[in-house]
Amino acid sequence: MDCSGMDAGFSSLRSEAAGAMRTVLVSAENLQLTLKPELSQEEQSLTHTNSSPKDSHKAGNEDLKEMLESNKESLKLEAMKRIVGLIAKGKSASELFPAVVKNVASKNIELKKLVYVYLVRYAEKQQDLALLSISTFQRALKDPNQFIRASALRVLSSIRVPIIVPIMMLAIKEAAADLSPYVRKTSAHAIQKLYSLDPDQKEQLIEVIEKLLKDKSTLVAGSVVMAFEEVCPDRIDLIHKNYRKLCNLLVDVEEWGQVVIISMLTRYARTQFTSPWTEGAEFDENKAFYDSDSEEKKDQTEAKPYIMDPDHRLLLRNTKPLLQSRNTAVVMAVAQLYWHLAPKHEVSIVTKSLVRLLRSHREVQYIVLQNIATMSIQRKGMFEPFIKSFYVRSTDATHIKTLKLEILTNLANEANISTILREFQTYVKSQDKAFAAATIQAIGRCATNISEVTDTCLNGLVLLLSNRDETVVAESIVVIKKLLQTQPTQHGDIIKHMAKLFDNVTVPMARASILWLMGEYCEKVPKIAPDVLRKMAKTFTAEEDIVKLQTVNLAAKLYLTNSKQTKLLTQYILNLGKYDQNYDIRDRTRFIRQLIVPNEKSGALSKYARRILLAPKPAPGLESAFKDRDRYQLGTLSHSLNLKATGYQELPDWPAVAPDQSVRNVEIVEPLRESAPIVGKTKQPKSDKFYSDDEDEKEEEGSDSSGSGSEDSSSSSEESGSESEEESSEDSEKTSSDSGKSSSGSEKSSSESESDQKKKKKTKKAPQKKSKPAGDSDSDENGNGPVGQASSSSSESSSDSESDSESDSPAPKKKTEEKAKPKVAVNSKKEVSLLDLDDFSPAPTNAPKPSVLSQSLLSDLEGLSLSNISSTVQVTTSSFGPLKTYELLHHMTGKGLSAKYHFPRQPCLYQPSMVAVQVILTNSSDHALEEIHIGDQSPASLNIHCFNTIERLEPGASVTVSMGIDFSDSTQAANFQLCTKEDQFSVSIQPAVGELLMASTMTEQDFCKEQGKLQGMNEASATITMATANASRQAINKQVLSVANVGEVPSSQNNFSRFAGQTVSSRALVLVSLELSESSGALLTINTEKSVMASMLLQDLKQAFAQA
Amino acid sequence: MIHSLFVINHLGDIFLEKHWKSVISRSVCDYFFEAREKAVDPENVPPVLQTPHHYLISIYRGKLFFLSVIQTEVPPLFVIEFLHRVADTFQDYFGECSESVISDNVVIVYELLEEMLDNGFPLATESNVLKEMIRPPNILRSVVNTLTGGSNVGETLPQGQLSNIPWRRAGVKYTNNEAYFDVTEEIDAIVDKSGTTVSAEIQGVIEACVKLSGMPDLTMSFMNPRLLDDVSFHPCVRFRRWESERVLSFIPPDGNFTLMTYHISSQNLVAIPVYVKQSISFFEAGSCGRLDITIGPKQTMGKTVEDLKVTVHMPKAVLNANLTASQGNYTYDFTTKLLVWDIGKLNPQKLPNLRGSLSMQTGVPNPEENPSLNIDLKIQQLAISGLKVSRLDMYGEMYKPFKGVKYVTKAGKFQVRT
Repeated sequence: MDCSGMDAGFSSLRSEAAGAMRTVLVSAENLQLTLKPELSQEEQSLTHTNSSPKDSHKAGNEDLKEMLESNKESLKLEAMKRIVGLIAKGKSASELFPAVVKNVASKNIELKKLVYVYLVRYAEKQQDLALLSISTFQRALKDPNQFIRASALRVLSSIRVPIIVPIMMLAIKEAAADLSPYVRKTSAHAIQKLYSLDPDQKEQLIEVIEKLLKDKSTLVAGSVVMAFEEVCPDRIDLIHKNYRKLCNLLVDVEEWGQVVIISMLTRYARTQFTSPWTEGAEFDENKAFYDSDSEEKKDQTEAKPYIMDPDHRLLLRNTKPLLQSRNTAVVMAVAQLYWHLAPKHEVSIVTKSLVRLLRSHREVQYIVLQNIATMSIQRKGMFEPFIKSFYVRSTDATHIKTLKLEILTNLANEANISTILREFQTYVKSQDKAFAAATIQAIGRCATNISEVTDTCLNGLVLLLSNRDETVVAESIVVIKKLLQTQPTQHGDIIKHMAKLFDNVTVPMARASILWLMGEYCEKVPKIAPDVLRKMAKTFTAEEDIVKLQTVNLAAKLYLTNSKQTKLLTQYILNLGKYDQNYDIRDRTRFIRQLIVPNEKSGALSKYARRILLAPKPAPGLESAFKDRDRYQLGTLSHSLNLKATGYQELPDWPAVAPDQSVRNVEIVEPLRESAPIVGKTKQPKSDKFYSDDEDEKEEEGSDSSGSGSEDSSSSSEESGSESEEESSEDSEKTSSDSGKSSSGSEKSSSESESDQKKKKKTKKAPQKKSKPAGDSDSDENGNGPVGQASSSSSESSSDSESDSESDSPAPKKKTEEKAKPKVAVNSKKEVSLLDLDDFSPAPTNAPKPSVLSQSLLSDLEGLSLSNISSTVQVTTSSFGPLKTYELLHHMTGKGLSAKYHFPRQPCLYQPSMVAVQVILTNSSDHALEEIHIGDQSPASLNIHCFNTIERLEPGASVTVSMGIDFSDSTQAANFQLCTKEDQFSVSIQPAVGELLMASTMTEQDFCKEQGKLQGMNEASATITMATANASRQAINKQVLSVANVGEVPSSQNNFSRFAGQTVSSRALVLVSLELSESSGALLTINTEKSVMASMLLQDLKQAFAQA
Repeated sequence: MIHSLFVINHLGDIFLEKHWKSVISRSVCDYFFEAREKAVDPENVPPVLQTPHHYLISIYRGKLFFLSVIQTEVPPLFVIEFLHRVADTFQDYFGECSESVISDNVVIVYELLEEMLDNGFPLATESNVLKEMIRPPNILRSVVNTLTGGSNVGETLPQGQLSNIPWRRAGVKYTNNEAYFDVTEEIDAIVDKSGTTVSAEIQGVIEACVKLSGMPDLTMSFMNPRLLDDVSFHPCVRFRRWESERVLSFIPPDGNFTLMTYHISSQNLVAIPVYVKQSISFFEAGSCGRLDITIGPKQTMGKTVEDLKVTVHMPKAVLNANLTASQGNYTYDFTTKLLVWDIGKLNPQKLPNLRGSLSMQTGVPNPEENPSLNIDLKIQQLAISGLKVSRLDMYGEMYKPFKGVKYVTKAGKFQVRT
């Protein structure tokens, strides 16, 4: 890669350096030659061993032995290198074993490594001698350096000598408990090796696997799951407790491990969760898929609406980002996971990524296309928009072309068939004749599948009969033949047409095929067939052999059906055939004559002549070759080969009833932290584990200071974003526990335990709380008293109602939290749990029942949360003014319907990037309004989550509904139509810039840090004058909060007020600071990446302060 | 998983074998040779083959077959991806991936393979990690090594493998800190006879060459990130920040790497930089043909089209070509039937033209399909999709790095049907 910035001087310098290097090299080569002439000779002899006789090879080995036994390291190394060269070429070097094995304890790392290579290769053959080396490894296993321990275990376990099995077992057990995750990883690998060497060790090995599965290191996860798959894939029970951890770690596991884990989890999920494939009209096309299965479940789903297990959802959500992996195997693994596990309407998110893989290497294309071919049979819709990506290029390899053709055929439907056929026309002319033939087959399939184009296809195929290429013609005939057989009504016309063409067709194969068709359907064309036979009789002698044979056939068939007209002709042709040069034709003629012309010699056979010759022939099938491939799991070797490979694990069917889901719960060490929802945790635990791991590492290996140091810095910088978030939540907890002390006893205990925990956190175990994806079920279920619900915020309790397994919000804690830092605490929680809601939101579309339910619940809860906020506002930020309400639709223009909206300043329920808007609809007309809903939206890109249609609004009644609008951090108005049954009104919501923010908390320190990062372009400031009445802190808070949804940052300086927020959609920090100066003036500063927002917000704030 | 690896040259000689479990006789390759023979073209060998006891998964790279032997069920892409990674590593270490280079460096190759797989399961595939363990050959070092008896195996042990960022080695130091990014876009298109675009898509890749000391944390933002809806990243890129903010935030590996690839599919409008006017015809009488190709600029956004090249795979019957090119040179190889017209820079004032006659084999029926034209081109300083890097920020280190971004548009699989 050459770079633009490189100036000429630099490159010239480079070339100079290269030149100098070259001269050095030349002189060095000379040096080498003069230093070791004998060596180069040997090298020569070695390189010639290929062609030279065996004795020189032997001599070479003798030589190597000498070198190995010398004292010089360099000679030994040279010898080992040459031995490795021999091994690489597949030549035997086993007789050197004794000489090599002596060097196993060498100090030279490279020499040692090469000896290891040799040892692993030949130990099996020389078991006794190999044992000599074992003690070295045993010693190395105790080495203080983790890499040496690991490599010793690697080699020890790779030596396939049954006698050392006990030693290996011991070593593995020890390594599995090693402090270094790298060594533990190696031990996971060793498990598989030992298992293949001695399957009797299975039980003991499973114990080790069980232990390693609990490991929290991302390094170990992939390898141990691999071992699990190899040793005990049926022990699903070992996974339960580790399921959530694996899901959460997945993103950070190395790519190869990801593939293995994903395929294991696919199997796991199939045994533990119920099918998400609810019967719905919109998925009609998939009914064929697992038909019996879904049938079975039908009753059940109708009885009880399907609710996805949160763990099931967790898996789907955590694998989704991996679709962006650079590793094609990972992408494919996720694709198959979605295919086999996700609700039908979610599967299509994998499409784009799969299509992207088509740009990869030829081999990757091959596999991906195979899988797409299988998928496209069942789900045309998934790939139809990408149909052009499957167009064939002349440079594609033949098997790629055929697969693309297969997919195009699968995707063909009434709408796109014309484009596809046009493509096919180009392919038919391809120089690759095998491909052209396949195209004709494909046209045939399209013709049978889509009745509209059958005629066009047939006509096109008939035209192809005049093609010069035999394969094309033969294929066309075959396809036409098939088409005719499947569509008996249309025979006449086409056969007539073919008879007309007959004179022009020159290719013997085509002529023969037409003759066959004439004979087969001679009854449909009673007038033409004898005429064709007549023509044939004239040219019989000049025809090719295969045409002659078919002529004889035709004659025989006609003789049987229409002997009056053709008797003479037949006899004539049979006579010609009798004296033909070709013995095949003579034989055939003789046979036919005996069969059809009754005479005294012919036996019973002639009676059956008609049944023999005119037997109905079964129509050949025109099905996809990938039709039955779906019995194999996608992405597997078995699927690729279309046959069951050794070790293939059948993907189990969904269980009818889900097994107990509590088995996946992990016991909790600190029982009072269960307040956070199970799924809500998903975001953080991952990063936390990272931390805790690192820290463990650090504690364990103080010696590796450089390594861990860099780790540390990296991890902290990497996670800086989430870190600040965490801190803020911690912060809020602090205040919450303080204020909580004054409340009831139970509260006290909870807050105390919290502060206990805080102490723990200070000892660098901060993330602990989150590393438990816990939330145990029992406390969840009963901890949900009415008080708790009332005080818990809307979205949380609605998440309860929707995903009813995770109803957990112990009352007291929430209350205190909200008292202290109401919005923020809610925010930081919500941000996470909202994700779930987002994921759950499609569910209602599936099953109408819960949607109704949740809707009503939702509005109930909205009321609650509103009152909630105002009350909390009074407690802390009593200065918070009333919500501004804006007019959306006046009742005059709205023909009685009026609408007002306000921003509740709550995280949106539907998507975290949306701004929540509450709309109050009032009917001030004298008749009921029906079907109030949202119609067209503009700009189209605007993402609006509409409220559900209001069926009926009585006169005088009003209803509050909530919507979510993703403004993408711009103040551009959202225009949409508010529709009733009769009318449509265009309305628009223009958000004030302050409403596009979410409050967030941070410490003063963080605030200053962040502010430091956002200087220059990202800063907007202005000096404002303030009325003295406004100068109090309370007043300032009030003013700022009325303009923007920001959170106050506790400040140590009196003349400073600081507020922090984030933009809703892109989560960019917005920092507002106000410095009061002596003379009633103040410096207002806003720091944010969004400079436009900054200036607008500045304007708004200025105005607010000026007004008051 | 992967049991054994055989590397086979185009003549069918196995010149390297490596076994990670017990030894498998190389006779297993016979099944492969059989398929190889049947396929005629090496490109056409099916990547997955079945033998009575084993499964063979192979890739074809640089005229070499990398053939792996598998004994049990494994995702085939897993193996294919790994084999390509092996080939990439060789390329990275030796500059090319060919038989001679592998044979010359057989010891390093063996050491690499040993580190890359353990018991058939990939262990270290990250180039930065491997380079810490096994140093790539380099002229100066090989001189020093022969003189001093030093070795290629790193004395230090790889710390990278243990960290959260296995892709970056620790303790990197440069005197000149620089970060260069190449945004390369390739246009894949099929244009039909009449000049209308049948399909067109853009494959983009951002290659980086980052030589920065310490642990830099880079953030790259784009002017128009909305263009990118289908992307794949190097593992170093923080996906969540991409999702929320549409910026690339990453701690880069040291040296060259592919930061991201993206795909802009045919739904979006793709600008086609050149148009081609062509007529190729074969005459029944006199067994000859005529060829006339003109190329002109279409949507080049005001940039010059360079390195323009037209490749035509002629039908078998074409014996020779007698053509005149108004610009550039043409060659016709009658054994491979490949007509290559190397044009160079496209001058919009004087459009390059190639015309003349083709001589055909007598007695052979005329080809019914005209050969399609494959176009190669290059446009500097332009990303045809309109993608632009707006800024690159570095956190975590104090020094000021030198930054550069370069844009190139190339023709990928650009085909004109005739």
